[in-house]
Amino acid sequence: MSERILSVLVEDKPGVLARVSSTISRRGFNINSLSVGPTNIEGRSKMTIVTELDAVEQVKKQLNKLVNVIKIVELDPNMTIETEVLLLKVSINKESQTSVIEKASLSNATSVDVGQDFAIFELTGSSKELDKFEALMKPFGIIEMVRGGRIALQSNL
Amino acid sequence: MTKEQLTGAELVIRGLEYLNVSTVFGVPGGAILPAYDPLYDSPIRHILARHEQGAGHMAEGYAQATGELGVVIATSGPGATNLITPLANALMDSTPLLAITGQVASTAIGNDAFQEAYTVGLSMAATKHNYLITDASEIPQVLKEAKFIATTGRPGPVLVDIPKDILNQVAAWVEPGDLDLPGYKPTTEPNPKMVQQASSLIKKSKKPILYVGGGIIHSKANNELFVLATKFNIPVVTTLMGRGAFPDGHELCLEMPGMHGNYTATTSIQNADLLIAIGVRFDDRVTANPSFFAQNAKVIHADIDPAEIGKVRDAQVPIVGDAKSVIKGLIEALGDEKLETENWVSELKEMKTEFPLSYKQEDKGPLKVPYVLEELQKLTKEEAIVVAGVGQHQMWVSQHWNFTEPNTWLNSGGLGTMGYALPAAIGAKTAYPDKLVLALDGDGCFQMTCQELITASTENIPIKIVVFNNGNHGMVRQWQKIFYNSKFSASELTHDTPDYLKLAESMGAVGLRMMEKSDIEKVFNKMLEINDRPVLVDCVVDPDDMVFPMVPAGGSNDQIIMNEEDLKNL
Ligand SMILES: Cc1ncc(C[n+]2csc(CCOP(=O)(O)OP(=O)(O)O)c2C)c(N)n1
Ligand SMILES: [Mg+2]
Repeated sequence: MSERILSVLVEDKPGVLARVSSTISRRGFNINSLSVGPTNIEGRSKMTIVTELDAVEQVKKQLNKLVNVIKIVELDPNMTIETEVLLLKVSINKESQTSVIEKASLSNATSVDVGQDFAIFELTGSSKELDKFEALMKPFGIIEMVRGGRIALQSNL
Repeated sequence: MTKEQLTGAELVIRGLEYLNVSTVFGVPGGAILPAYDPLYDSPIRHILARHEQGAGHMAEGYAQATGELGVVIATSGPGATNLITPLANALMDSTPLLAITGQVASTAIGNDAFQEAYTVGLSMAATKHNYLITDASEIPQVLKEAKFIATTGRPGPVLVDIPKDILNQVAAWVEPGDLDLPGYKPTTEPNPKMVQQASSLIKKSKKPILYVGGGIIHSKANNELFVLATKFNIPVVTTLMGRGAFPDGHELCLEMPGMHGNYTATTSIQNADLLIAIGVRFDDRVTANPSFFAQNAKVIHADIDPAEIGKVRDAQVPIVGDAKSVIKGLIEALGDEKLETENWVSELKEMKTEFPLSYKQEDKGPLKVPYVLEELQKLTKEEAIVVAGVGQHQMWVSQHWNFTEPNTWLNSGGLGTMGYALPAAIGAKTAYPDKLVLALDGDGCFQMTCQELITASTENIPIKIVVFNNGNHGMVRQWQKIFYNSKFSASELTHDTPDYLKLAESMGAVGLRMMEKSDIEKVFNKMLEINDRPVLVDCVVDPDDMVFPMVPAGGSNDQIIMNEEDLKNL
């Protein structure tokens, strides 16, 4: 099964996230990633949903039935600009410090906070790049991390 | 001029009046009490049900009999949770319903306040849409929106949850304006190209079947359907939800297909070269195993809900649109075409004679439901609204009753909700006080909502109920007989408890009983004569009778079990 990316334009109304996610989960499908945020149009939000659906056509129709869902576009992965953000808190000590900072800067991660024994990095990039960075940091001891969910736009629209 | 200031509760009642609501069904309680105060002074009739499930089914019966919005009111917490069953039922059968529920004060929401339930969350999957009101000034506009959503497109239930403090909040009455629903634009007019494609398939077909259901009734398209079928000589099957959309008794009417459909209706689909499916959803009770369903047929599938098309069966010609517009379009596109369907029609006619529905009523033997039904229909002179429960009796009514008009057959098709019949009959009779309304119920079903008999008596709603008393969850017993080696686990109810005559009497109704053939005419005539009170007939019937034909769930519609004999070869 391959990943499918749905870009869903919705009315910015209470409960809309619950309606959308339960429509998908009702059929037993997993959501790999979901992000929601405002758009340039007032009162409209956009959800980017990454999922592995067999029945994506049926789910699209079902989502379209929701009164607060305005438009659904399935993005073509070959023509899609996709990005994700990561915040990662890693432990550092005297020995590891230089190595951590070097690896982070080679990965294009920005350090946003540094303390006695930790550093927080921010990285924006493809999901793969984020995975790679996580793997790089793992040996140093990841204290906490959060990923922002994938967002995408079709480049030729 | 200053705008008239009203409380949220007054806005609700004013809003309902504005939407031409004349009857509501409900049960009061703490959180919704503010709304009951102005309701008392309103011309809107309130029917006090004895359980919110009953109130919900009443609103459904009202809506299904009239084709208009049914309205139900309940309080927060248990009032709202009791509504979940009728909401889910209305969603399955596409019944336009508006539910108004009280909620704990907005300041208390989320605090496990007394009688708090997360009604919007609980009902999300049981409604077409729902709302939580956060300011009284929203009320008129939301009610207008709710009615619009409930009654247009594919109809369904909409719930509006209103916290008690909002019901007490004062706001101006502002006449609702235009609706702003950017995500809700049902397609009613079909794409003409699709209609053209459909008509060319129809022209080529030698064995077409019109496979029609509830969508015809919602769209009031029965007259157009009649023209399409009769002008072009196309046989019609009517699904459980579509009974009455095309008149039984017409030579083109094959009646109900499916699990307990008649042989000809089910087989006609199997042998067809084209299915013209309108307002149907290829339900598993019709298709059995879909991979064996109508294997030789091309499919034209028209529905107002795009999510139905291609859900179960791919369609060569998908048409999104309202049934009435689609059929009109087809009639026009077909013009004066003469279809070559004569052989097909006469083949099916012969099949009907060869494989009729059958039952055996012995003179001295126990009563059989099909026989009683046929006798009852002979004795009723007028067109009745017939309401059934869920089980064997439901299938027998659908099979043996002659339906000639839409909206005269009410039942719980999609959800299969026992307990639907009595309250739904009350709802229908409220809408049409002068019509004969018959609840033809099972004993198991009746016992689920029988307290609504009190509602019928006290509110002066003289419906007639026939309880087919086989002392059993008959349909469960039938399955246990066939699939579980006659191990009758928890399906027996007993014939004599309750004593239906005493039950009827204690609830303000007249109770009558029939045990044998010779009772039928006398008892039914008496039942039909009494019009000042509800009448309940305890009709004691054979506990061992089974509904045939039958196609087991997941089986093939090519293998129809016609009678008990056939079971031995299973
Ligand atoms: C609320 C609910 N619970 C359980 C069932 C499962 N069920 C389907 S038919 C049936 C028996 C119905 O018995 P009765 O009303 O006596 O009808 P009969 O089959 O005997 O005619 C049961 C228990 C159901 N459909 N609905
Ligand atoms: Mg029974």
